Amino acid sequence: MKGLWFLGNRLAQALLTVLGVLVLSFLLVRLAPGDPALLMAGEAGSDDPHYIEQLRVQMGLDRPLASQLLTYVGKVIRLDLGYSYRNQSDVWILIAERLPATLLLLGSAFLLSSLIGVGLGILAALSARRRGWLDKLISTLATLLYAAPSFWLALLLIILFSLQLGWLPAFGMETVAASLSGWDRVVDLARHLLLPAFTLACLFLALYIQLTRSSLLEVFRQEFVRTAQAKGLAPRRILFAHVLRNGLLPVVTFAGLQLGQLASASLLVEVVFAWPGIGRLLYDALSHRDYPLLLGVFLVISVLVVLLNLLTDSLCQWLDPRIQAGGGQA
Amino acid sequence: MTPFKSALRIAGRHPAAAIAALFLLGLTLLALLAPWLRGDSPWAMVAAPLLPPFSQWAHPLGTDMLGRDLFTGLLYGARSSLLVGALSTFLTLLIGVGVGAVAGYNGGWIDALLMRIAEFFLILPALFLAVILVSVLEPSTSSVVLAITLVAWPSVARLVRSEFLTLRQREFVLAARVSGQSAAQIILRQILPNALTPVLVVAGFVMATAILTEAALSFLGLGDPDGMSWGYMINASRNLLRDAWWMSLWPGLAILLTVLAVNLLTEGLRSALGRQGGRHAD
Repeated sequence: MKGLWFLGNRLAQALLTVLGVLVLSFLLVRLAPGDPALLMAGEAGSDDPHYIEQLRVQMGLDRPLASQLLTYVGKVIRLDLGYSYRNQSDVWILIAERLPATLLLLGSAFLLSSLIGVGLGILAALSARRRGWLDKLISTLATLLYAAPSFWLALLLIILFSLQLGWLPAFGMETVAASLSGWDRVVDLARHLLLPAFTLACLFLALYIQLTRSSLLEVFRQEFVRTAQAKGLAPRRILFAHVLRNGLLPVVTFAGLQLGQLASASLLVEVVFAWPGIGRLLYDALSHRDYPLLLGVFLVISVLVVLLNLLTDSLCQWLDPRIQAGGGQA
Repeated sequence: MTPFKSALRIAGRHPAAAIAALFLLGLTLLALLAPWLRGDSPWAMVAAPLLPPFSQWAHPLGTDMLGRDLFTGLLYGARSSLLVGALSTFLTLLIGVGVGAVAGYNGGWIDALLMRIAEFFLILPALFLAVILVSVLEPSTSSVVLAITLVAWPSVARLVRSEFLTLRQREFVLAARVSGQSAAQIILRQILPNALTPVLVVAGFVMATAILTEAALSFLGLGDPDGMSWGYMINASRNLLRDAWWMSLWPGLAILLTVLAVNLLTEGLRSALGRQGGRHAD
């Protein structure tokens, strides 16, 4: 029952956030330079003031701001995000085409960074308890990765793995000329995915290493671990049954909070690797000042992050029954 | 003990932070002196194009595709990075500390409202918001600073708020209230000085984020169009990866080292002040 209440509460919060995103992007639309009616008249090749006035009424620009906002929200709910004159297409269609590529990249980077990051974090924590050199090495790596700009890391990886060694393709999502199918196509896609996903993972690798390490060291100090040791439990069993289960919870919570940052970094990585996702779409829209497309991408990526955040929160609640009881961290 | 000697002692205890501080000081000096050291313009074509690094003494880091000196570019880029970093950190602290102080001191619905707004901005993909804002306002130093501030203030506000929530219960605050000091006086004179350590630490975090965000924005072509910047230099190198690896290497290294120095200095400050902080409690 309490679990349901928690979920309902979180859902309401997420809805409110989405509403906030809508208001924010509406305000940004208003802020954008250029009178939309004037722009449209320009497209039609007319500068007749009567026609412009008529357009303004037609587009609702003469009505109060609140009523315009309502119209905007209604349009967005029907997935009407406006029209991109530059691409001669509906904004929503352009975004929907590119969304799978971005989701694939985000998902792979998330998996890579959490698996490698948590793994290295565990190694570092175990080594730190013996004051080992491995801990120093891993922690230094994390500090360096944390300060490196992702778009620069991407270029270095391209120089090394694509240009010098020739192992992996540097750009795009698939080999265009070769019309591959079936298994070959999957392999081709994976080869294109590896470098961008790894670059994106690097930044978060640093965070996960540090978080896992400090969280585990914290748990190691607690009494139930000492009890387990006194009971004579095997170290491996203590690590898996007691320490990891408790130590990894903050990591999952944190991962959810970092989704916005992950999405942000994917914008840069997509630009460098010419990955055909919505980050690249945004970049192309930038140079043409294609505002409907820019704001559409912002809206979709924000809603996506809010929803994924809801998902990780629910996951945490499922992993840690204490949160349901209301005893979780503030 | 003289302040100089005690500074030396602290530096000896935190060598990494001391080196980081020297690096940042040196970088600031080089950035300020750039016009006298390397000439008036980073855009001037001064040598043969695509000169490799270390081949000519006058152009130690090589040149780009138009024969512009990369070392000069780096120094002028440091100006943009440090200026934007400092301005956005200042503005972010101003807004973040203000909002956090009001929320934490008052509590109640004001606190709830302000923190919901802060959480809202925290959840959004920061760089996307910054990109849209700069693009809508037209790229310039001030729009970049504004965009960074908009995405960075919530973490400062949340931290300051939690400090204020605990500090306002302390006896010296109650005493000040009983003695009839106004809310503004209590916030500024009593509580804020006691919350300075965490604010300094978060300032370092904001500075590092600001430098990285400025680099990202100028990489995307949204920097101040008149200023040389590290992000722009990296973007310009993208088409010449095969022929001129050095064009991408140097500016990225500059960003990495600067952000690393800020992080190490912050870490050192945290542990140095943390040790001292205990003495000043109450």
